[in-house]
Amino acid sequence: MSSATRTLISPATLARPRGRAVYWSVFTGVVVLFTLAFLFPVYWMVTGAMKSPDEVARTPPTLVPEHWHLSGYTDAWDLMQLPEHLWNTVVQAAGAWAFQLVFCTAAAYALSKLRPAFGKVILGGILATLMVPAQALVVPKYLTAADLPFLHTSLLNDPLGIWLPAVANAFNLYLLKRFFDQLPRDVLEAAEIDGAGKLRVLWSVVLPMSRPVLGVVSIFALVAVWQDFLWPLMVFSDTDKQPISVALVQLSQNIQLTVLIAAMVIASIPMVALFLVFQRHIIAGISAGSTKG
Amino acid sequence: MTKTAARRPAPAAVVVRQSPAPPPAGDRRRRRLLDQARAYGFLLGGLICFALFSWYPAIRAVVISFQKYTPGSSAEWAGTANFTRVLHDPEFSAAWRNTLTFTLLALLIGFAIPFVLALVLNELRHAKAFFRVVVYLPVMIPPVVSALLWKWFYDPGAGLANETLRFLHLPTSNWTNGTGTALVSLVIVATWANMGGTVLIYLAALQSIPGELYEAAELDGADLLQRIRHVTIPQTRFVILMLMLLQIIATMQVFTEPFVITGGGPENATVTVLYLIYKYAFLYDDFGGACALSVMLLVLLGVFSAGYLRLTRSGEDG
Repeated sequence: MSSATRTLISPATLARPRGRAVYWSVFTGVVVLFTLAFLFPVYWMVTGAMKSPDEVARTPPTLVPEHWHLSGYTDAWDLMQLPEHLWNTVVQAAGAWAFQLVFCTAAAYALSKLRPAFGKVILGGILATLMVPAQALVVPKYLTAADLPFLHTSLLNDPLGIWLPAVANAFNLYLLKRFFDQLPRDVLEAAEIDGAGKLRVLWSVVLPMSRPVLGVVSIFALVAVWQDFLWPLMVFSDTDKQPISVALVQLSQNIQLTVLIAAMVIASIPMVALFLVFQRHIIAGISAGSTKG
Repeated sequence: MTKTAARRPAPAAVVVRQSPAPPPAGDRRRRRLLDQARAYGFLLGGLICFALFSWYPAIRAVVISFQKYTPGSSAEWAGTANFTRVLHDPEFSAAWRNTLTFTLLALLIGFAIPFVLALVLNELRHAKAFFRVVVYLPVMIPPVVSALLWKWFYDPGAGLANETLRFLHLPTSNWTNGTGTALVSLVIVATWANMGGTVLIYLAALQSIPGELYEAAELDGADLLQRIRHVTIPQTRFVILMLMLLQIIATMQVFTEPFVITGGGPENATVTVLYLIYKYAFLYDDFGGACALSVMLLVLLGVFSAGYLRLTRSGEDG
């Protein structure tokens, strides 16, 4: 990321007075464009929720609220049962994260280091699910969750209906397996010679060495559940158990606009906050993951 | 294992186990079985979840597509009745036409813009972090919120979209209420919401282009556009192709935007294939029809996915 790397336009061209003028006008243009295209809609949402119901419907609209009302936010919090739906989302996301970390890590470790019989076949089967777009299979997946084979229980209206399918994430599992493949074998063997069992090796040698990949997988897992809509829409017909994304859409029909907008802002805060805190890691993860395949 | 152990000062217990006389065959087999049992113990949880929620549903989609199926009662074979029924549904052709148009428009709008943006951003030497954070911000807003936000923007009354056009003294549009403009309006939402990831990936690809290539091109007298055409695009061709395939796969499965913003309307102008699958299952209670549609979508997307996987494989080798 050094600024000295040569790009499309040479540093010499940029140093000339004309080059500098063009550079700064393009720079200003991009700043204005980005602010209008990406920040302004967010500003409009946050302030729209603070306008009075009359003001938000007025044409032409006001750029800044005449009076700052917080009642939109408090009404959304109370009327739309946001604490309940937020809590549901937290439970679903946290559980999916925990299940994925435990089961995907264990499976990836086994496939990478324990040489199970038919390991290649299993890995092939897991990677094949990458070719099958998840959304296209929601209906048979729903039927399976509604009536599990052999057990004949239903996962509908149960957080397990989010947690267990989340484990079947070939992308995260493959990411973990590829990372484990790169860990030096003799370090693991040394631990085993010292008398550590497989579980002990995983817990005290492999996992501490895998912090970066565990971080990436954790963020992917949390974001995926928080942003998902179609699957929780199918799983939770019970209004009390719906996550925030499903509840927002269900309640959007018959609620005052300012209250709905406030609820939208509140629903966005956790993920945006997560992004702002971990932006460096997230952006680096996206950039690195893509170029390396 | 023997070699590494021999080179290390090993604890006594291990040395005893590695006595020159090989352990009896029965012992060795038992140890191997134990190793296998342990390996499968680690695999079990993941394996069950993949079996239940990935492999079994894929098989089941195909099976149910040939059945008359209602949950709770036993299924009957229906031959190809589901397929013929779905094919004769007037919504079927509308859904496919809309999905393909959506995909094409998303490629035209959502593909050129991120590339040009990344190209420009890569030349800017100030406020780099600001641009990256801001362009990725919409990706972190839940898709449902983006959809509801744009539904409000497109409102024919006090919506921001028409207000902006009025402010600029341009003619207003029907946006999502017009049969001709509804699909384009949804493409704009999807592009706005998803562009950040594409821009970041392009930026990473642009940064990996060796600067000497540009210098050499410039010495050969190539102007700006020629440098883009002969250096930038060939050097990022692999990433461009990969993202194009990924985007096709993602946009062919579009559901949230039409479901939340237009409800498939007006006059089926925004019903997509996945939306139709949802309707068959949850509105018409026709799971056979839903699975027949799923299988069709699966086959088509499978072709693109296979292309994507082949591409990433060859990229790794090269």
